[in-house]
Amino acid sequence: MKVITEKINYNLLREVEEVSGQKVSACFQCGKCSGGCPVVWGMDVLPHQVLRYAQLGLVDELLHSKTLWICASCQTCDSRCPRNVDIPKVIEALRLIILRNKGGNYLHPNDLPARVRENAPQQGLVSAFRKYAK
Amino acid sequence: MRYSYYPGCTLKTRAKAYEDTALSTAKALGLSLTEIKEWQCCGALYPLNTDEIFSFFSPVRALLQTRAAGEDKLVTLCAGCYNVFKRTNKAVREDGELRRKINAYLEEDYMGEVDVVHYLEVLKNDVGFGSIAEKVKKRLTGRKLAPYYGCLLLKPRAEMDLDDVENPTIFENFLNALGATAVSYPYKTECCGSYLSMANEEIASAAVGRILNSAYKNGAEAFVVACPLCKYNLEEYQSELLAASKDPQLKLPVFYFTELLAEALAL
Repeated sequence: MKVITEKINYNLLREVEEVSGQKVSACFQCGKCSGGCPVVWGMDVLPHQVLRYAQLGLVDELLHSKTLWICASCQTCDSRCPRNVDIPKVIEALRLIILRNKGGNYLHPNDLPARVRENAPQQGLVSAFRKYAK
Repeated sequence: MRYSYYPGCTLKTRAKAYEDTALSTAKALGLSLTEIKEWQCCGALYPLNTDEIFSFFSPVRALLQTRAAGEDKLVTLCAGCYNVFKRTNKAVREDGELRRKINAYLEEDYMGEVDVVHYLEVLKNDVGFGSIAEKVKKRLTGRKLAPYYGCLLLKPRAEMDLDDVENPTIFENFLNALGATAVSYPYKTECCGSYLSMANEEIASAAVGRILNSAYKNGAEAFVVACPLCKYNLEEYQSELLAASKDPQLKLPVFYFTELLAEALAL
């Protein structure tokens, strides 16, 4: 395997570690997070792979991943992690890199499903717009 | 026993039945819950990033009001509020730098003196499930109920200490005190999809489908929850899951645990 060091985006990696407060190098790829994730089947990059990509500095690839918007921050993974890596915090930091840029919002009020307007609890709306928009 | 009470935005609107039954049962059990005077939305989710402190101000203001009222416990009902308040309080207690920043901004001196408790904890620790069992007027005998914990009551493990993360039993013990049968099923702590129902409905719907099937196959007649968003998700996708399912009976109502308590106390 050829290692190409130019591709590593150290600035973004540092930003992810700073904003999340997590050391991605702590992960030893046991896969327990992906094994127990309740929405893993909807993801294109699995939770343990998010950390592997980050370890390799492939942050730009992660920013294009569907996974960022599928993670529900249920915290099942970090409650089981033998290395105490808070993966939802790493994913949150990646989301924020996108959301904090102009035009980065993932959800607009006009895009809400019709039934949400009828019945959704405020708790759900506030949660969604905190995760999906700035 | 006296407590300050933080309702949160959903309890005043979509989850009014949750608040009404919590307050009426508290009164019947001799608990005094006083709503704090000025409160804002707690933010619904605890901030997972390290570089903003604004999200902490609303919960800390409510905790300060509890202290100013001379109370040492703040009771919450919504699992989202409980998660935000409990984690915020712990962070203020343990993180000196964060505490200094919050207090500098608010011009206050909050050190984490107030305890954040969920109403379920009040029932267990301060009233006692044994004492509740004695006060039950109409036992819920024969009712097969599936306790659904969701995530926010229990996780993350290091910050919430309501119960065991993988196999909690507080709901089961509560239901047994009311005379009901708590159905055992493997998906009781599996995430319902949370806010994904606002933007990725197919994911939330599938998550709900697995929980629903698991509870149904183990004999449940209804769900018991402590979270308005869990209730919305569990209820909202049932009709379409029902249409796609071979099980004609697959329709489980969703109750707040306080609704069952009110029924058992004959209120």
